[in-house]
Amino acid sequence: MTETQQQAPKTAIQIRNLNFYYGKFQGLKNINLEIVEHKVTAFIGPSGCGKSTLLRTLNRMYSLYPGQKADGEINFYGQNILDSKQDLNLLRARIGMVFQKPTPFPMSIYDNIAFGVRLYESLPKGEMDERVEWALTKTALWNEVKDKLNQSGLALSGGQQQRLCIARSVAVKPAVILLDEPTSALDPISTAKVEELVHELKSEYTVAIVTHNMQQAARVSDFTAYMYLGEMMEYGKTDQIIIKPKKKETEDYITGRFG
Amino acid sequence: MDKNLYRRRILMNRIGITLSMLAMCLGLFVMLWILAVLFNNGFQALDFNMFFKSTPAPGTEGGGLANAIVGSLLMVGFATLVSTPIGILAGIYLAEYGDTSKTAEITRFMTDIMLSAPSIVLGLFVYAILVAQVKHFSGWAGTIALSLIAIPVVLRTTENMLRLVPGSLREAAFALGAPRWKVATMVTLRAAKSGVVTGLLLALARISGETAPLLFTALNNQFFSMNMNEPMSNLPVVIFQFALSPYDNWIRLAWGGALLITLAVLVLNILARVYFREKVSS
Repeated sequence: MTETQQQAPKTAIQIRNLNFYYGKFQGLKNINLEIVEHKVTAFIGPSGCGKSTLLRTLNRMYSLYPGQKADGEINFYGQNILDSKQDLNLLRARIGMVFQKPTPFPMSIYDNIAFGVRLYESLPKGEMDERVEWALTKTALWNEVKDKLNQSGLALSGGQQQRLCIARSVAVKPAVILLDEPTSALDPISTAKVEELVHELKSEYTVAIVTHNMQQAARVSDFTAYMYLGEMMEYGKTDQIIIKPKKKETEDYITGRFG
Repeated sequence: MDKNLYRRRILMNRIGITLSMLAMCLGLFVMLWILAVLFNNGFQALDFNMFFKSTPAPGTEGGGLANAIVGSLLMVGFATLVSTPIGILAGIYLAEYGDTSKTAEITRFMTDIMLSAPSIVLGLFVYAILVAQVKHFSGWAGTIALSLIAIPVVLRTTENMLRLVPGSLREAAFALGAPRWKVATMVTLRAAKSGVVTGLLLALARISGETAPLLFTALNNQFFSMNMNEPMSNLPVVIFQFALSPYDNWIRLAWGGALLITLAVLVLNILARVYFREKVSS
């Protein structure tokens, strides 16, 4: 069983001929990519290359803004989420997202976690308590906050806030978690904790992470996609991309000659 | 280094500071003068009867402002109850739903006109559509006129405060699969709460001193009345009428009423500031 899985890993998200437009400006050009289930896929590339844009198409976040549109196909377990009939709220409950800056809601730590869960499940108090503890334990935050669950989420430190945001996404039990430069506003110790967390998460979730930091991509990801000017330059196993990139541009970026 | 240029810059700096200090002193002086005259005359007029007796008939001694105080509280209270939900909901619509749609732009434009419209025009409007139709002045008509003044204030502050909420917070809520109304009520409105409450308090302060819109709507009532269907006494109109009267006790009451309103507005403003500051710092 495990052997067949290793031979033919399941695809969680398959991207076909994806183009993306900010008004007239084309942000993504003909992207083709497969995001493998229960693996971490990293998107790297210089600023403005479209890596965050690509991430924001995967949960249709761009649909909040008129003037932004995508064409092509994004098949999420076989279902094209770019379809105009796609229920966006349901989609976002299945594909969670964590942002660059921590964004705790102006409510208690407990309610921060419960907010998302309550949207799609009506759990009795006891089970909700368990779910909150489970999510906070998963993100290694439980021991730090268990005595102050009723305090505002805004009172936590930056690193704790970001882990709270990850816990919030984890709590709704999505299939995929998108991380948009989750550590760029954090100190090294918090960064290490979040990276550890990403490692933990992949046993149950499919993770896609955008990062500026090459070392981070090397540390946390199984697959890496290098993007440049809206195009997918190279995609493959992280080891390969880091050690032996096929293209000159990728090598230049990775070795720090540019970017 | 050009020493002349540097000296000239210092000189300009001194002139600038002097001019702005002078302007500040002038403004402050006038305000303190007004307050001094008001407090001096007002405190002499204050006594317990003011709160328990109604406005006196012409030629009679004594009397108080009980009917005017209660009338003002009732009309301002009802106007707050009417304008709070309308203003906040419309503000949510503008900031969270409408954005750049035609309806939103028209609403915004109308709000701006309403904000700068002279309040006497709003009073005349309510007179024309309500008072002239039912053929009598009433507390409700006064409430409507005051609401028309308060709604655009509440609406605009709500919208502005919601717009200050960072987009990332909104996106984070959407990213969990929250529908738009939940994002608006549970997340952004909560984040903007202190600003919205401040706007409410300022609107309240604004309408508690309005005279013109009440002249044509609630008019005045010499007797104590809590019937909103009848003409209703209120502090601003009583002050206006009594201050122009020849009777000493009426003029004294006008000073007392003016002091009461000023103190109420002062308290509201201080509350608004303290509330806003506390929330922002925590």
